[in-house]
Formats: sequence, structure tokens, C-alpha cells
Amino acid sequence: MVTVSENLADAKNAELQDDLRDRPGLWKQITSFARKQPLGFAGLIVVLVFICLAVFAPWLSPFDPEASSYEHMLAPPGTTSDAGTFYLGTDDFGRDVLTRIIYGARTALFVGFTCAIVGATVGLVLGVGSAFFGGKIDLIFQRIMDIFMAFPLIIMALSIVAIFGSSIQNVIIAITIPFIPRCARVVRSSALAIREIPYIDAARANGFSNSRIIMRHMVPNVMAPFLIMLTAFVGQAILLEASLSFLGLGVQEPVPAWGLMLKNAQEYIRSEPWIAIWPGIAITLGVFGFNLFGDALRDALDPRLRSNQ
Amino acid sequence: MEKLLEVKGLKTHFFTSGGVVKAVDGISYDVAPGETVAVVGESGCGKSVGAMSILRLIPDPPGKNMGGEILFQGRDLLELSDAEMRDIRGRDIGMIFQEPMTSLNPVLSIGRQLTETVEHHLKVSRKQAMERAIELLGLVGISEPERRLKQYPHHLSGGMRQRVMIAMSLACEPKLIIADEPTTALDVTIQAQILELMKNLTRELGVAMIIITHNLGVVARYADRVNVMYAGRIVESGTAEEIYHNPKHPYTLALLRSVPRMDQPRGAKLEPVDGQPPDLTKLDGGCAFRPRCRFATESCAQAQPVLEEVAPAHISACFEKDRVGLTAGVTA
Repeated sequence: MVTVSENLADAKNAELQDDLRDRPGLWKQITSFARKQPLGFAGLIVVLVFICLAVFAPWLSPFDPEASSYEHMLAPPGTTSDAGTFYLGTDDFGRDVLTRIIYGARTALFVGFTCAIVGATVGLVLGVGSAFFGGKIDLIFQRIMDIFMAFPLIIMALSIVAIFGSSIQNVIIAITIPFIPRCARVVRSSALAIREIPYIDAARANGFSNSRIIMRHMVPNVMAPFLIMLTAFVGQAILLEASLSFLGLGVQEPVPAWGLMLKNAQEYIRSEPWIAIWPGIAITLGVFGFNLFGDALRDALDPRLRSNQ
Repeated sequence: MEKLLEVKGLKTHFFTSGGVVKAVDGISYDVAPGETVAVVGESGCGKSVGAMSILRLIPDPPGKNMGGEILFQGRDLLELSDAEMRDIRGRDIGMIFQEPMTSLNPVLSIGRQLTETVEHHLKVSRKQAMERAIELLGLVGISEPERRLKQYPHHLSGGMRQRVMIAMSLACEPKLIIADEPTTALDVTIQAQILELMKNLTRELGVAMIIITHNLGVVARYADRVNVMYAGRIVESGTAEEIYHNPKHPYTLALLRSVPRMDQPRGAKLEPVDGQPPDLTKLDGGCAFRPRCRFATESCAQAQPVLEEVAPAHISACFEKDRVGLTAGVTA
């Protein structure tokens, strides 16, 4: 009887093995990702393009982003001059809009990634820790989070910049702080559910310490909500940085930044609309790309979903 | 014989808004090296809490140890620091959980989960731990262990996962394994395989086991000794044979009559245990089983019966145990 049932078990094993036999190559994985998640793939392309723009800005851009030229003020897109062609036109200081958008990607992505990574990671640790320990620690943590959550994101960021002054570090701090409780809250709710699943008890029964259980057994299981938050935060941070710059509290001239470009374009929006349109498109595409990519990334990284391929 | 584990008067109470739940209220038993002890009882009788208390895995609050001693190799586990306790968990005492579907971490590969324990407790290299993991998977009858190590829990069936759990519990050559209803979540044919495996492995490796179950068939076949628990107390304890053929507590008797037996004629009616399990917050001074007991007399309400010897190595906590014995006629 035992042998029969073991044969059955072997047959089952063999079946399972077939699932894993063909591990797809990298190219195959990419094409299958593009087919299954066309929107996510489009997001990925946008994100990659912006990253390339930011990294290779000095080589890609035709002009110096900060060099103004009185001869070419408010030139419409496509104007050619001795210095070269202004594909997207020039602004009121005669600076090339394309160049400033390419360099603006640097500012946007630097602020976006720094705020998102720091904010989401601190939120992750606080959220999982709060859920894991529970009881009074959880209660106190969550009330502190409530205080921070009570302020709307932009008001919070505005007041921090207003107090500490506007510099790129302060902009980053101002955007990061309101992210922490938002991420912590979402991560905590996932972690609360995970804490009750027996594998956490099993880990404890294996003699692992609290920090090890948190880092190795709980954190990887809340990666899905964490990654969504992280990528959404990049988009939000770009938007917030642009808003702060637009209000004059963020990045200061002459540093190229999309929000700042929009701010300067206000006066010319009727007569020379391109100055406003291009940075507007850049902000929209950037935020959109990161959000789409974030959703797809979650699906791709979850091992339970990965196996269904 | 030297005892591996001695539980003396262990009490674990839960302090809830509804009152104090005396989930484990003074249980005492011991386990010899290599011995298999079964703890049986209905849901909520405290058998799991009693076992989890040994590893101090009861969350505090709301659970709290209210007294007693747990001597493991002569050391009182309740006196140890958290760090010392962590060293014992997984290394000296392994644990197998009820739900193989959720007891493995879904985002870590089988290999990683096995090697993690080995690396952590035995302080060996990743490579040595891998070799040990392969050996362990072979031991629990999983084919192609090298390839299995790279798989994730969702690639495995319930029975396979429980084999992995057994492998994990055996990873550091523990002296005692606590199995909390290891087969409840599996279907019947797999149950038999898993139990055979556990029986053979504990015998070969000389590991003692506490098996918590509400399946009397498991008890009869695999346990050396049986503790029957009711409402947080042990009401009867003895060798498996004694308990099966000569039950001396009305609850044990009722349990035995509620399961199908091969030696009964076909179509024989099963007798359910009447009534509901008691509310553990509202126990009075009398015998907790009294309301459901067909042998109950007035004296049962006066005091709680204590465990007394009825035969060599067989104890029962019942005032009417002599009558239980007389009317126990199992085949009658």
C-alpha cells in the first residue's frame, strides 16, 4: 500500500517538474512582459527614456541649459539660428526649452527617487515593526502617523519649505516626511494580516529573533504594496516638486526644473504657449509612466503570479 | 529512565475582555527520550496551547504563564532568557504545524527556508547547509531534492509541504518534536503516509515526539502514551493500549464510542459526545465534564477530581472511575 501511494506521489512530482523545466531566457521574459502588460511596458519605456535623458543630459542636449541669449528670446519651435535649431522653441531668456526639459529630468528624477526611496523605506520599517509588535507600540506609532496624515500633502510640504527655506535638500525633506506615514499605514495593514499566518509562528518556533522575522519573513511578503507605493511615490514626488517650484518654494532659478519652467511660462501662455506645453507634457508623461510601471512591477515580482506564466 | 521533558503543573491563562480563560490549568506529564506521547481532546480543550507553551510561543498579552515548570533536559524553560529560548527553538525542540499550506513562507524558496534554520543554529556555511537540506529532503521522501530546493511552496502539494515541514523540524537534529495536528489539513491517504514517515523517522533518529491530535486512530497506531485533555486539564493518561482497551474516564469512553471501529458490526450507530464544550471562563469548583457525563453524581459538583492511579502507569481523574471501568464494555 505504501509503495502504491509513493508511486502516486512520484507521478505527482513528475507533473510538477514539467512546470519548471523550461526557464525562459531574458529576451523571452521581456517580450512576454510586453505582451501581458502592454500598459506597464509602455510605462517602463517612458521611465527608461526619462532615466536616459537624466543620465546623458550633457550629451543629448543641444545647448547649455543656463545660457540665456537675448537674440533668440521666445523663438517658436523649429527656429534655426547660427547656434543650432531650437526644436521646442526658447523661453523668455532665450534658453532652449528642449535642453531645459532634458536637464529638468535630472532634477525631477533626483527628487522623485530620493523622496520615494527614503520615504517608502522608512515607512516600510515603521509599518512592519508597528504591526509586528502590536499592542501599545502599535497604538503610539499609529497616533503619531495620524498627526502627520492630518495635514494634506502639499500643505505639509509647503510649511516645511516655508520654515526651513527653499533649497533642493529642503524640498526633498518636505516631500519625504509626508510620504512616511502614508507608506507605513498601507504596509502595516498588510503586515497585520501576515503576522497571523502560521509561517510567522513557524519562524518563531525555529528560533529566529524578532528582527530576523521582520526582515526576512515579513518584509518580503509586504513587497507588493511597498513597490506600488514606491513607484506611485516617484510620480507624486515629481508632481509635488513641480508644484513647489511652480509656487516659488521649490527649486530656484536658474536650475532647470519642469515646475519652474511652467511658472515662468504663465505670462506668455497666450502668445507663446509652447513654453508651457512642453514642460507640462514632461510632467504628465513622467507621472503617468511611473504609475503604470508600478502596477506592472508588482505583478511581475509576486512569485505567486509569476508561476502562472 | 531519564526524562527528556517534564511538565509540572503548567498553567497558561488568557486575559480577555470576556474574563480569564484558563486554557491550560495545571497539566503535568513527562516525555522520555524517543517516546511518542499523544495529547488528545476536542477543539478548545487546551491541547495546542499546552504544547505552544512549552516553546513559549503564546503571545503575551493576552496569554500568560501562571505557574508551573517545564523542565527540558533538566533546565526550566520558563526561567530562560529570550535569547536562550531562541537557541532551543528549532534546534533542540522542533515544531510541525497544522496547516502545511500556510506554514511555509510563500516568498522564500524551499531551500532557503531549510538552510536558514540550519545556518542559524548550527553556524555552518551556506554550502554545508545546502548539503544538509538535500539530505533532509531525501530523508522525508522527496524526489530530486536538488531541484526541489529551488522551488517555492506553491509548487508543492499539501503532503509535500508537510514533508518539507517535517524536514525543517528535523533540520538541527532536535531531541523533541512537537507536532500540532500534523495531518488534520491533509486528505486521508496522505495522512497515512505522513504519519508512517513521522513514526519511522522518530524511531530511526531517536527523536521524542508530542503529537497533538483529535484523531484517535492516530493515537492507537502511533503513540506510546496518551494524555486525554478536557477543559484545560489532563483527565486521563496511560499507555495507548490501556486507554484504548480499558478507558477509566467517562470522557475518554465517550470519545472512543464516537469513532467508527473495525471490531463493531457494520451499521453500528456512533454515539456523539452530548452537549457543548464548557466555557473556560465559567468553570466552577466541580468536575468540568459533569454536565455531559452519564456517570455524574452529586459529589461531582462538590470538588474537582484529581488524577489517581487506576492501573500501573494509568491515571484517571474521575470520582466514578470504578463504575466507568465496569460499564466500559467496548463491544457490548
